[in-house]
Amino acid sequence: MTKYVIRRLLQMIPVLIGATFLIFAMVFALPGDPTANKCGERPCPAEYVKKFEEEHNLNDPLPIQYAKYMGKLAKGDFGTSFREIPVKDELSERYVVTAKLATIAILFETVLGIFAGVLAGIRKGKFIDNLVLLSTLFVISIPIFVIGYVAQFLLGVKWRIFPVTVNANATGLDSWWQLLLPGLVLGSVSVAYVARLTRTNLVENLRADYVRTAKAKGLTTSRTIGLHALRNSLIPVVTFIGADFGALLGGAIVTEQIFNIQGVGGYIFSGIHNRDGVVVVGAVTVLILVYLLVNLLVDILYGVLDPRISHD
Amino acid sequence: MSTISTRRGNRAEAAAAPSKYQPQDGLLLEVDDLFVEFHTDDGVAKAINGVSFDLRQGETLAILGESGSGKSVTAQAIMGILDMPPAKIPAGQVRYCGHDLLTMPEDERRKTRGPEISMIFQDALSSLNPVFPVGWQIAEMFRKHRGLNKSESLDRAVRLMERVQIPAAKERVKAYPHQFSGGMRQRIMIAMAIALDPAVLIADEPTTALDVTVQAQIMSLLEELQQEREMGLILITHDLGVVADVADKIAVMYAGRIVERADVYDIYARPGHPYTRGLLDSIPRLDQKGQTLSAIGGLPPNLTKIPAGCAFNPRCRMADHVCRTDLPPLREVEPGRESACHFAEEVLRG
Amino acid sequence: MTNAAISATADPSLDAGEPAGEAHSLTSDAWRLLRRRPIFWVSAGLILLFLLMAIAPGLFTNTSPTAAVLKESRATPSTENWFGRDVQGYDIYARTIYGARASIMVGVLATLFTTLLGALLGIVAGFAGGWVDTLISRITDVFFAIPLLLGGILFMSTFQSDVNTSYFVIVMKVVLVLALLGWPSITRLMRSSVLQVKPNDYVQAARALGASPWRIIRQHILPNAMAPVIVVSTINLGVYIAVEATLSYLGIGLTPPAISWGVAISAAQSGLRSAPHMLLFPAMFLSLAVLAFIMLGDAVRDAFDPKTR
Repeated sequence: MTKYVIRRLLQMIPVLIGATFLIFAMVFALPGDPTANKCGERPCPAEYVKKFEEEHNLNDPLPIQYAKYMGKLAKGDFGTSFREIPVKDELSERYVVTAKLATIAILFETVLGIFAGVLAGIRKGKFIDNLVLLSTLFVISIPIFVIGYVAQFLLGVKWRIFPVTVNANATGLDSWWQLLLPGLVLGSVSVAYVARLTRTNLVENLRADYVRTAKAKGLTTSRTIGLHALRNSLIPVVTFIGADFGALLGGAIVTEQIFNIQGVGGYIFSGIHNRDGVVVVGAVTVLILVYLLVNLLVDILYGVLDPRISHD
Repeated sequence: MSTISTRRGNRAEAAAAPSKYQPQDGLLLEVDDLFVEFHTDDGVAKAINGVSFDLRQGETLAILGESGSGKSVTAQAIMGILDMPPAKIPAGQVRYCGHDLLTMPEDERRKTRGPEISMIFQDALSSLNPVFPVGWQIAEMFRKHRGLNKSESLDRAVRLMERVQIPAAKERVKAYPHQFSGGMRQRIMIAMAIALDPAVLIADEPTTALDVTVQAQIMSLLEELQQEREMGLILITHDLGVVADVADKIAVMYAGRIVERADVYDIYARPGHPYTRGLLDSIPRLDQKGQTLSAIGGLPPNLTKIPAGCAFNPRCRMADHVCRTDLPPLREVEPGRESACHFAEEVLRG
Repeated sequence: MTNAAISATADPSLDAGEPAGEAHSLTSDAWRLLRRRPIFWVSAGLILLFLLMAIAPGLFTNTSPTAAVLKESRATPSTENWFGRDVQGYDIYARTIYGARASIMVGVLATLFTTLLGALLGIVAGFAGGWVDTLISRITDVFFAIPLLLGGILFMSTFQSDVNTSYFVIVMKVVLVLALLGWPSITRLMRSSVLQVKPNDYVQAARALGASPWRIIRQHILPNAMAPVIVVSTINLGVYIAVEATLSYLGIGLTPPAISWGVAISAAQSGLRSAPHMLLFPAMFLSLAVLAFIMLGDAVRDAFDPKTR
């Protein structure tokens, strides 16, 4: 097992390098003056431009630039944003917010998704099944920004159940409460996918021979379905939740935009708007690292959940 | 274990009160005019059309037939594990020690599965849950039916695995189904089925998925366990050769009916139904080298459109017009022999 | 088990053992199942409608989408303007009809490119094996590690458009980034399909008999792999439409004066409270389009894999 984890971590390195290089190239190879807009309306003084170019090795070929940047990154130096705030500081602050948002979304999609999926699966073809199938299809097909915007308008502005936007200075329970609605919005599409996947797998597994065996063993229906069939049905669901994590991070950019959340997504987006490459590359690199680690975790979990998968 | 020789001797060890089900004069199971149909999009498939038979303590009954003859459905109807719907049981009784299983409250009936009637299946790999260790799956019987704790029930599981001759049972109790060979997996299924010392064991094609040498080992294990515990054993198979040494009686099924019933040796020597004869003729025999094997022509009937009269008539060489109109009842044609053929006497004469 | 017992006798044609025949009967079986499902006809009808809208919007409306009647800005739906008017006083119905073109074009083209590129790489990787497979698989991993929307946002902001960029160029940019980031899922699917089929006796036999790789791919691998690829591609088409709208919504895809559902939704935000119809209609059409493709993909999958129903 340890061997497997180490091997996977080593395999992750080229993927991480490849993906971040692509991002780096996209951001820094862009045509145009990287110091544009940095000094207000006027062009920057030549001195500043020179300093900036030196600091970011802009005169080197792209791969060298990248290597130098990654070297700094490995030492924990993320550079500074154009507002002269260390990217590292702001990132660590904003990561907490996005992590909370993602936690709410994942909890929501896991709990409600599995619950709805099981409900539909055991009542296949009945009213509740059709209700779940139809409503999930509905949710899947409405783009997240529409869901977010309508939810904000109805639940926040009109009925005043939830706060409309997120206050960056809130602490404790408040900081969770104000992220609840954005978290639900972020998880809404995945909830639908999890529910449908759970249902499909459960329906299939309820027909499996080992479920027939469980019945023949004289086990109660709740144990036959709730333990024997469900345990097998959840294996692909766990994989999905891991793979879906990337979509969740993408969705976070939109959600944070709608609810004005000071998270990583908003940070990346404002970085893009301000053409602040240092911010974008730093934030995205960490995002991709987290994504890859989550996928590794899911793969390991997969081996634990399904003994047929060997990690040796 | 070897000291236990009376039926259900394990009960004392299994720490259970004596069963409320006690056989009358050794009679365990009576299936009485059972019907099963499946309601599907393509119509109603009449899988079983009036099957009756008895099973006594220590008796081995083989049910023989092609796929679709209704033999597995019969077993599942007795077990109560048919999915209803699509299955429906419009008529019939299945009495276990005098109690009708079909009208019993579901919870009461559930409690008979395992301690009273038990079943093993054809494909042990798919019939065992892939994500739980085999020992855990066997122990589940003791934990859920007998309320034993984890370590006690695992101990029992190890002993059962030893009883069904799984080498190094203690070490392998935590292994998963896919880590065993086909024969070993079927032994685990058997251990699970006999865990609570049931009175009736139903084996649905227990050796079909196995190598020939392993087939023989599993059959002799089943026979041994059956004698040791005086179980009533129902062996479901499509292969006469497999059951010949083990079974006492054979019931041959076709299109959801029993078409012939007799002692094993009588059927072998002189089949009393054209279908049985066809089945026998399609088995290669060492003593008849050089003769052509004759398979039965045609296909088993579509169960949504069973032919009128005798269901076998379209494939029968002896079929007459009476066979196309009148359904032949299962009747005694010789002492101890029953056949559902209008021309049974002729068939018997050869 | 019980089902097997019935079908074994119910349909003797299922016994056909020859692989080509099997694939053939699978397709015709799937089609037979598909024909019976209303959801298939509904989604197919919707898709046809949207395609028509994209190709010939003039069939649906005579009103020009760029004819502004400013004094009727934010007019609510009426018999004259079925969907009302937006902030600029444009007829929302006309703009919604004309907006289909961007979404459908992006969806269809992006799907076409991802499927072709993904299938090609997947077949090559699965068939060649060895270092080619390793290389392609690693590259797939790299692209897979970049979330679609995130990559899309980065790409579109790097190659930013301005007022002078033509509509078609922007659409092609969106198509390009979706194709660039979308192919890995198809590649993985195709590669595993090839690996599944490759060890089969009939493929080995064909190879031993000297059949060319292309022939083996066409005759043995494509028929088996096609169904899942079609399903995933169809569902992806819906996803791509949603991503295009999201990019436009964020202001880095199509921007006014281009007409698209995403642009319309983005513009509708400012007046949601007083004029919700401005959001409703483009959002509804967008969702219906996404829904239609996802439903079609679902229906096809169910038809090819009846046991999941």
